[in-house]
Amino acid sequence: MNLTLKIWRQKDSSSKGQMVDYKVTDISEHMSFLEMMDVLNEQLVNTGEEPVAFDHDCREGICGMCSMYINGEAHGPDRGITTCQLHMRMFKDGDTITIEPFRAAAFPVIKDLVVDRTSFERIQQAGGFISVNTSGNTQDANSIPISKIAADEAMDAATCIGCGACVATCKNSSAMLFVGAKVSQYALLPQGRVEATERVQNMVAQMDLEGFGNCTNTGACEVECPKGISLDNIARMNRELMKASV
Amino acid sequence: MSGFFKSSIGRKVAMALSAFFLMFFLLQHFAINMLSVFSPDTFNEVSHFMGTNPLVQFALQPVLIFGVVFHFIMGFILELKNKKANGVNYAKNNGAANSSWMSRNMIWSGVAILAFVVLHFIDFWFPEINTKFIQGDWSGTMDGVEGFRYYEELVHKFSNPARVVAYVIAFVFLALHLMHGFTSAFQSMGSTAGRKQTLQNIGKAYSIIIPLGFVVIALYHFFNH
Ligand code: HEM
Ligand code: SF4
Ligand code: FES
Repeated sequence: MNLTLKIWRQKDSSSKGQMVDYKVTDISEHMSFLEMMDVLNEQLVNTGEEPVAFDHDCREGICGMCSMYINGEAHGPDRGITTCQLHMRMFKDGDTITIEPFRAAAFPVIKDLVVDRTSFERIQQAGGFISVNTSGNTQDANSIPISKIAADEAMDAATCIGCGACVATCKNSSAMLFVGAKVSQYALLPQGRVEATERVQNMVAQMDLEGFGNCTNTGACEVECPKGISLDNIARMNRELMKASV
Repeated sequence: MSGFFKSSIGRKVAMALSAFFLMFFLLQHFAINMLSVFSPDTFNEVSHFMGTNPLVQFALQPVLIFGVVFHFIMGFILELKNKKANGVNYAKNNGAANSSWMSRNMIWSGVAILAFVVLHFIDFWFPEINTKFIQGDWSGTMDGVEGFRYYEELVHKFSNPARVVAYVIAFVFLALHLMHGFTSAFQSMGSTAGRKQTLQNIGKAYSIIIPLGFVVIALYHFFNH
């Protein structure tokens, strides 16, 4: 298929960017979206132009690096996937596709479609861990009884890959789905309960400090999240913070 | 605890608390107004009680005013903060793909309600304050009207078609605001109940029945007199 691409080009974090039109031809419907971008970049390199910078790593939906806001949606029109898993069969011959970086004040553009998501890392560092002795004398985790429900919910929360689609999608650029997932993952398990109070306080404080917005429960994040992280995790984080504050 | 209400989540909880209070108030207001359709005498009695009871006037009324003002000021603060968190706007953004119109436009339905609240205060609240606190007339009566004046005043207000239209439009926005707000408030309070079918149904019923009821009351008085 032949496509017109409208892509955000920005030289570096301090330059002003703009949308630029490109044409790609003979795109196979079996290609992934990133492979289509590779075709475009090869074309640009051959004509001596600067290729479009975009984030990617695993290309199998587990690392969370690939970002991109495609036709007005994080990771494009499909559900439960990252951009590397988005297939070109979701588009038609002759389509115009708008491709933008994830937008949020806390995700500044580094170049073209690459954004700086280290704000997520700083939130993680503020409390997304448990302090255990790893000297070799660690207790066998299986010796602690955990309910199946809690184990499943913790596991579901832990599938968050920190991609930032929730923030990019949110009209308030709120990071609460991400932080909610990280808080929940530990809050549900006995090993995490020990530091639960400081964890939620510190992670929420860091989230606010990074300049993410306030959730208004539109639910857009849950729909666009590649891992189907549930809004229940935000409610749990709110409960945890209330508990930690009384 | 003071740190809690300065956090993003604390602000949302405060927002939800004020919203719960407003929704409870609305229910009470609705019940009293309904009386004006079924029994003008009872409506007069209850209005006089509400208008002259010291507990209502000096305790509940200030709390209500505070609740309304707090809710919309906090609404504006959150909206400004969220706009700042956005950074650059998308050239193409398909919000309808993942969220309801109501949820994305709470600030606009809120602004419409605020405009109505201003009109409503000019219509009913300021004249009441003037009569009672400035002229010192707590009798609840009026020249040329037998018994209490409240029903007559209400009917008089709704004889103006422009006012009736403004009220109807405002209640449409109130319905839209509540359609998202009702369940949203539970989520903000950390409860997942708002995501369950039961509460979604109750929320839908509340956000349609209450505003529709107010509209019916306004239309009833307009066409009946
Ligand atoms: C006076 C003008 C008003 C303004 C400017 C306003 C504005 C807002 C805003 C910006 C929000 C936050 C969006 C969100 O959380 O989804 C909100 C939430 C809400 N509002 Fe209002 N509102 C007003 C009046 C009312 C009234 C009169 C009611 C009810 C009778 C009401 C009920 C709610 C509810 C239930 C929520 C959800 C609370 C939450 O999610 O935490 N609002 N309002
Ligand atoms: S919650 Fe979902 S959308 Fe948000 S960072 Fe985690 S995986 Fe990505
Ligand atoms: S490149 Fe790793 S998730 Fe897409």
